[in-house]
Amino acid sequence: MLTVSAMDDRQRRVRGRNRALLAVLVGLVALFYAITIVRMGH
Amino acid sequence: MAKTSSANLLAADLAGSAARLLDPGVDDYIALLKPRVMSLVVFTGFVGLYLAPGHLHPLLAAVAVLCIAIGAGAAGAINMWYDRDIDAVMKRTRARPLPAGRMAPGDALGFGCVLAAASVIIMGLAVNCVAATLLAGTIAFYVLVYTVWLKRRTPQNIVIGGAAGALPPMVGWAAVTGDIGAASLILFALIFFWTPPHFWALSLYRTDDYARAGVPMMPVVAGARETKKQMLLYTFVLWPIALAPALIGLTGLVYAVVALVLSALFTLTAIRVWYDGGEASARRMFALSIVYLFLLFAVMLVDRAPGLVGGLGAMLEAGG
Repeated sequence: MLTVSAMDDRQRRVRGRNRALLAVLVGLVALFYAITIVRMGH
Repeated sequence: MAKTSSANLLAADLAGSAARLLDPGVDDYIALLKPRVMSLVVFTGFVGLYLAPGHLHPLLAAVAVLCIAIGAGAAGAINMWYDRDIDAVMKRTRARPLPAGRMAPGDALGFGCVLAAASVIIMGLAVNCVAATLLAGTIAFYVLVYTVWLKRRTPQNIVIGGAAGALPPMVGWAAVTGDIGAASLILFALIFFWTPPHFWALSLYRTDDYARAGVPMMPVVAGARETKKQMLLYTFVLWPIALAPALIGLTGLVYAVVALVLSALFTLTAIRVWYDGGEASARRMFALSIVYLFLLFAVMLVDRAPGLVGGLGAMLEAGG
């Protein structure tokens, strides 16, 4: 059985992972957009 | 020597399973990437990119460096997945996410494979195929040749395996030129011949750790005396290679002077290790080896930067 603090800790970690994944995905979209613009300009 | 021990692997995996309720945090995923190793890889890759003749759009240059970083991190993650059994018995590595049971092995392997594929594909699409192929070769060499094949079998593991750590400047160079230039081979050789004294200095004061894990590092197999002799020999081999960038005109006089001073210091430190039986000198040698490589590449960078020391070097050369 998980204690309340362990559940909080788990939720905090899951939230941290989700935010990191979101940042990576947004970063990739921005990166691919920028790469496309640069490559088209060549 | 020691092959993968199925008992150790099972024990490590059971520890991981028992802790699976504790989901890994973002910091565990970052630890898988071996950030400290990555920083030197990224730096040498960037110097290779900077020194290469030609022009690359700044954004694509940044993408190339990012891909080198991600590729290096991916290789580190797969290495940690494969070595989780020996990491669990070594003091230096037992706190890593897998042996500490904070992450399931499959998560680490999947993370590493996805990053490896992503870094190579993005490098190929955004920069060029030569750089992407070299990056793929670097990751494959580190994982298959060093980690899986050599590390547990021969004391020459880090000598041959050092090629993986030496390739990033060539990847950076190829990102600009689209080929493998002779000058980039010198950057490769510099890291390649620097690797043995660097890692053997570490293994001199971690001999018990490596022996317990069954990793046949040079001090474990051949003893401290032989290791120190070979370290000293490698520092002599490094003299002409460290000077080579200046001799072929890749860098200027300032670099040549710094390379001479650093090479002399590196050899002197190896001599102190040779005469000294204690751990302290080996620790100093390990620390100095990092400073040595970092400074050599930093001065290459500065020596070529317009308006900085490069100008001073040109003045000195003109005066001479």
